[in-house]
Amino acid sequence: MLTRLTQELTAPFSRRRWLAAAAGLALGAAGFGPAMAADDTIKVGVLHSLSGTMAISETTLKDTILFLIDEQNKKGGVLGKKLEAVVVDPASNWPLFAEKARELITKDKVAVVFGCWTSVSRKSVLPVFKELNSILFYPVQYEGEESERNVFYTGAAPNQQAIPAVDYLMKEEKVKRWVLAGTDYVYPRTTNKILEAYLKSKGVAQDDIMINYTPFGHSDWQTIVADIKKFGSAGKKTAVVSTINGDANVPFYKELGNQGVKAKDIPVVAFSVGEEELAGIDTKPLVGHLAAWNYFQSIKTPANEKFIKDWQAYTKNPKRVTNDPMEAHVIGFNMWVKAVEKVKSTDPDKVIDALPGTEAPNLTGGVSKMLPNHHITKPVFIGEIKGDGQFSVVYKTKDLVPGDAWSKELDGSKDLIGDWVGKKCGNFNTKTNKCLGSGT
Amino acid sequence: MPAIVLALVRGLLLSIALIVATAPAFAASFEESVAKFANDDFSDTDDAVGEIAVSGNPLAFPIISALQDERLMFDAETKKVFVKQADGKIIDAATGAAVDKLPDNAAAVSLNNRLRRSVDAALGGLTLLSPDTNTRLTAAKSVFKSHEEATLPTVESALAKETNRSVKQALAEARAAILLFKSDASEVDKLEAVATIKARGDQEALALLTEISGGDQPANVAKAAASAISSIQGTLAIWSGVQNAWYGLSLGSVLLLAAIGLAITFGVMGVINMAHGEMVMLGAYTTFVVQEVIRTRYPALFDYSLLIAVPLAFLVAGAIGVVIERTIIRFLYGRPLETLLATWGLSLILQQAVRSAFGPTNREVGNPSWMSGAFELGQITITYNRLWILCFTMAVFGILLAMLRYTALGLEMRAVTQNRRMAASMGIATSRVDALTFGLGSGIAGIAGVALSQIDNVSPNLGQSYIIDSFMVVVFGGVGNLWGTLVGAFTLGIANKFLEPVAGAVLGKIAILVLIILFIQKRPRGLFALKGRAVEA
Repeated sequence: MLTRLTQELTAPFSRRRWLAAAAGLALGAAGFGPAMAADDTIKVGVLHSLSGTMAISETTLKDTILFLIDEQNKKGGVLGKKLEAVVVDPASNWPLFAEKARELITKDKVAVVFGCWTSVSRKSVLPVFKELNSILFYPVQYEGEESERNVFYTGAAPNQQAIPAVDYLMKEEKVKRWVLAGTDYVYPRTTNKILEAYLKSKGVAQDDIMINYTPFGHSDWQTIVADIKKFGSAGKKTAVVSTINGDANVPFYKELGNQGVKAKDIPVVAFSVGEEELAGIDTKPLVGHLAAWNYFQSIKTPANEKFIKDWQAYTKNPKRVTNDPMEAHVIGFNMWVKAVEKVKSTDPDKVIDALPGTEAPNLTGGVSKMLPNHHITKPVFIGEIKGDGQFSVVYKTKDLVPGDAWSKELDGSKDLIGDWVGKKCGNFNTKTNKCLGSGT
Repeated sequence: MPAIVLALVRGLLLSIALIVATAPAFAASFEESVAKFANDDFSDTDDAVGEIAVSGNPLAFPIISALQDERLMFDAETKKVFVKQADGKIIDAATGAAVDKLPDNAAAVSLNNRLRRSVDAALGGLTLLSPDTNTRLTAAKSVFKSHEEATLPTVESALAKETNRSVKQALAEARAAILLFKSDASEVDKLEAVATIKARGDQEALALLTEISGGDQPANVAKAAASAISSIQGTLAIWSGVQNAWYGLSLGSVLLLAAIGLAITFGVMGVINMAHGEMVMLGAYTTFVVQEVIRTRYPALFDYSLLIAVPLAFLVAGAIGVVIERTIIRFLYGRPLETLLATWGLSLILQQAVRSAFGPTNREVGNPSWMSGAFELGQITITYNRLWILCFTMAVFGILLAMLRYTALGLEMRAVTQNRRMAASMGIATSRVDALTFGLGSGIAGIAGVALSQIDNVSPNLGQSYIIDSFMVVVFGGVGNLWGTLVGAFTLGIANKFLEPVAGAVLGKIAILVLIILFIQKRPRGLFALKGRAVEA
């Protein structure tokens, strides 16, 4: 049995929690007693990897949910009850995600789960959430092509991140030649397929697109950076669209900096590199490279400034950064609270029906809305990396962009929509007027 | 008469009025351009840069170079723009008058990539006649890149005056680039320009020629450009072979560095040490701690941080290695499966311990100045960090080899691994030698961590990405033979780098793995098998 920490957030810094955490970390295999199942709390499951390769990204999201629960409890909780977090560690192990999800829903009886980062972990828990009829909030930008009744996608779909970024490069930087570089798994492959179709629809020739995949954790980028330089020497403005994920980014950017690939000559726009990832690199050689997100820490709004202040106070670290998936959790959490308060119950069926149409303010000054396809509306920002590891926003969309569950660029999915309000179907074909199987 | 006089006087007055009116009007246009910076809008800033660059005003250079370094400040309310000079003094950008202090809400004018290119082009034009050779060289290079037609006269006058050979060369190339894009340049000029660019022969030359051959050019020029393109491509293809070989050497040196400690613990002692990668990780974290201390206490020493970290990493990882050998491994000699499981568990514990102590996120380990950047050798780019790592690896290898051969400890190590009972009966304290050997292997892994912190993530997972590769190198090279590890590492590195451009990174890695499996089938003891009794022991 692996670590299982049940944390009572009603007394956040109690001796018991500290001991539990310390014992769990030190022994790594200590099973702690079952949760104190008090009836006057609502349990919230947190399913993020705290060890293994994904711990680098997911640990922050676990802290975010604990922080949000703490804040909500200070305001009196939900429906007069305190919220209680149940934290489990799926250890970056995809099958373990499904086991831990089952444990959260059946054993701990959580009302809702916030979790997952990689698409493969989401795919692994989907059947569990369907079978046991519970709710998952998924906070990370992903490849789309999915709409499930039990899942709410608060991260960006490709049309809320990849497509606007490519549009920006075409218009502002006059890019004519494209390198699509990614890590070899489902998110980059699907996103690049969508981007390739989109670029071709804009008249880009096949010869002007180079697609390159690398394994997870790739660390020797010499050849690929040299290839990019070579591809960029065809007399047309060239840009790199990077869906490189996780740890591999640091050596990639280091190699770019060392080989002198400047943003002025060949800009790199990344979809998986945020403030957190840049925290491990000296960003001075990278000034001007871009990232597309729906949130940046550097955006100056009262809501964002307050959030950053509270977050840094909560984590007791004045340098702790914030990032896009954290904001997605903030929006998702607030939407869930609103929906629960609206139906005065945590019953999954009632909450699932109440969520579409629910609105929650985002940290960049707008109000996001849950759509019938279980995706949300978001603003899109393009930021340039600054010398201090933050981003300066060089472009933002005028309005919030609604998330498409099914890409309009791909032949297989352009007629599909997700609609859990009217059609009660996640993959409804608007041409044949048929639900393709993902219905209630 | 009076009417004529009157008319004359009126005309005179009018012309004086006109002169008086035009003079400030001209000055105001420079001021207006400067005021555009205060809008902090990308296209306004772009306009302002263009206008100021051609204004001929002596303030143009300080303003635009301040913009480049984000020292150009503006006050959105009063629409005033200030230059913060390098020495901290502040001047009003429009008039050049000194200002006591910046307004409280002053912010730097923001830049994006397009603006950075305009700024480079403008500065190039402004500094072509600078007295400093390096500045002129940079200017000529940025004019080559921007090939702005308006700078042609300046380039030509600079070229006539220039005495330095490399600057002259760069100016000639810049001139050629401008001429190629100038629609009304003569055919002779253009042919000459193609020849100049062809002589340059690098990727940028190729880019330029490809770009113009797509446009509208006289037939002769188009033909010359096409032949220049194919000749440059031919040369570059040869260089790309050289480049692959260099990348292979560099990857091989990283593999060797990671594997060399394992060559001792696994190769010489026969311990399947799954925690080897974690020793590398501990070395990298030692570097991080050393740099943190230096950053906060002795910032002047930063360039020496790696030199200080090397012995410390050796001691930290080596000491932990000795403790591991004394407390766990010595009870498991001769039981490979148990050793494997125990050391694997140990690697998980070490990872989680580091994760609890330093946090799960990457830690920043900076590159000292001598490890950053690159230089050009012919048509390939060699980065300093890779070059130093190659040298460092060879040094570590040499020292280790000498140690095994010429020191008493080395002799004892070889004796114990060749025949433990005989060595013991000769009076060698075998268990002490075991602990020291394991400590040595771990310590060298720690040193590898210092070097790897320069090119990879410093995170708790650092070691995991090297453990498989390390075992592959040791097994491929031949267990128990340091030279085998050396040859194995470089063979794998070079094979990988020649496969990668053809097959891609993912397939390349798979191909290498398949090749090794086939090779091991044929030669189970690796490239250089130990001969004699040691093999049977």
